[in-house]
Amino acid sequence: MKRQIYANLQRKIIFITLLVSFIPLISLSVIIYYQFTQVFRNKIEEQIEYRARVQSNAIELFLKERTAILLAMADTYTFDYLAEKNKLERIFQIMNHRVGGFIDLGLIDSTGRQIAYVGPYNLISLNYYSQPWFREVESKGVYISDVFLGYRQVPHFIIALQRQENNRRWILRATIDSDVFESLVRAAQVGKTGDAFIINKEGSYQTLLRFGGEILSKSHLDPTLFGEGTTVLEKADKDGKKILYAARWLKKNSWLLVISQDASEEMTKLFKTKRIEIVIVALGCLMIILTTYFTTHLTIRRLETADREVNELNAQLVHSDKLAALGKMAAGVAHEINNPLAVIAEKTGWMEDLLTEEDFQKSQHFAEYKKSLGKIEEHVERARKVIHGMLGFARRMEPHLEDVDINEVLTQTMSFLESYARTNNIVIEKELETDLPIIASDRAQLQQVFLNLLTNAVDAIGKDGNVHLTSRRIDSEIAISVRDNGPGIPKEYQSRVFEPFFTTKQSGKGTGLGLSVTYTLVSSMGGTIDLDSEEGKGTTFTVRLPVVVPEKK
Amino acid sequence: MSDFRPNHNPDIIRLLFVDDEKGFVNVMAKRLSKRGFDVIKTFSGPEALQALRKADFDIAVVDLKMEEMDGIEVIKILGKMTPDLPVIILTGHGDENAAREGIKSGAVEYLTKPCDFEELVRKIKQVLGK
Repeated sequence: MKRQIYANLQRKIIFITLLVSFIPLISLSVIIYYQFTQVFRNKIEEQIEYRARVQSNAIELFLKERTAILLAMADTYTFDYLAEKNKLERIFQIMNHRVGGFIDLGLIDSTGRQIAYVGPYNLISLNYYSQPWFREVESKGVYISDVFLGYRQVPHFIIALQRQENNRRWILRATIDSDVFESLVRAAQVGKTGDAFIINKEGSYQTLLRFGGEILSKSHLDPTLFGEGTTVLEKADKDGKKILYAARWLKKNSWLLVISQDASEEMTKLFKTKRIEIVIVALGCLMIILTTYFTTHLTIRRLETADREVNELNAQLVHSDKLAALGKMAAGVAHEINNPLAVIAEKTGWMEDLLTEEDFQKSQHFAEYKKSLGKIEEHVERARKVIHGMLGFARRMEPHLEDVDINEVLTQTMSFLESYARTNNIVIEKELETDLPIIASDRAQLQQVFLNLLTNAVDAIGKDGNVHLTSRRIDSEIAISVRDNGPGIPKEYQSRVFEPFFTTKQSGKGTGLGLSVTYTLVSSMGGTIDLDSEEGKGTTFTVRLPVVVPEKK
Repeated sequence: MSDFRPNHNPDIIRLLFVDDEKGFVNVMAKRLSKRGFDVIKTFSGPEALQALRKADFDIAVVDLKMEEMDGIEVIKILGKMTPDLPVIILTGHGDENAAREGIKSGAVEYLTKPCDFEELVRKIKQVLGK
């Protein structure tokens, strides 16, 4: 039952301690992880956004440079000059030498016919009048096309510009080297899965993808999602994987440079951190659990011990209270019985007085009367002794302090019993420590205590045996032991021997007050008395008295 | 209070017995009379003081716990009235403090009930030097 209470208390303490430890620990971990994730994600977004911005500037610059050199050539040379193949070839070489990235160069007249051409394809005399870019150049003057197949049936894009020379309009057109351009775009790729590509307003790929994806095929990205400046957004791809996109419009909002990155790839480092964090938190939790369990266990055990000690103390107090109450009652009873007992004794005496008269002596029952009166007196005497014992028990006078040599009191008390012991063949041995300090105590009370213990020991033996009397100093106490080799006290009686009226002696032989008087006297001197007894082996009573140093006179 | 005797034989010990336990006083008076004592029985303190005014006594035997007047008080008054009268305490209340107080108040002996009758007689004679 009690164990259950302590177990419940232990569970409660553990639960509360764990609760108050875990809540902040776990909350803190979650908050830190969340914040860290946020910061990490922002960093990734910033990086990808930065790359998109830088790379789009590079691409814009690339296109501007090519446009500029083409413009310079058109401004410098006349249609007739350019129409000469070797001259056009020379210019093409200069252009590639200065900025590079051109595949071919062609001169087209106002009817759309290609007058001169330098490049790997056989495109001379072809008519571009019906091509969409031709119209764009006519209307805009300078035009960079989207990627298209054209006559060569290979995806490419061109920079074309129109010039007015006297009454003649002509167009100078150059094709950009796809490899050079694409490598420029691809420079923005990062990681194992990152990609960089360009789509046009309609969402068609203008450059090759890193993993499949034909040029001019339709992208799954909707270009309208991306606004002014650099836009960063996260979108699931067709496999459901979360991809982070940063995109920026180029070429007067006709191309969109897109840089993509697998969010999970970048977050791998974070996941690693997360795993470390989980391990640390788990270890922390484990340590909290173990510490809580062991400290609580220790505390509860200590509490249990303290409670037990308090309970034992209480039991002792209750015992003392019981003895005190019994003592008071005994005193009252003793007083009330003494008076009628005195009357009985004196009436008996009076009858005995009368029996001395002659008339009575002649009575045939004289001897019977005399015997009966003798019996009454004997029993009155017995009752008187009981009452006397009770009064001894009830006597709670303040001890009369004097200088007492314990060994001297023991020796003297022993002498009272020596002749009785000798007749019953009982040897009283003494083992008294010399140099015991003189203490301030009540000599008469001590004598009564020792006499009671020695009498009990001798009575317990009856005939043939020995009593061992020892005194020794243990720290701040003097211990006096009386050991007999009598029959011992049965276990069930051991807790009761100090109760008043408890006796194991034959009826009429003991009052049952000796040990309770002893107990009361020893307690009033601030000492303790305890019992160690084993049936068949004997009994030892040990009195421990505090060493109270007498005041200097 | 039983009687009043103006003539006195000096060999007879005149004893004032004070105890509220009537049965005890009566039997003690009978036994002591049989031994040649002249016993005046009184059953309370005031009664005893009254008797003392009417006659002289050689010795008084006083109980301690009495209802009307406490034995100690009786002993104190006796001490004032007749400083030479020895007092023996005979009580059922065997409290050592009471005994000590009784002796302090002027009693010469202290005996507890039930007492050995012969011892009482011996003590009385011892006190009176007879």
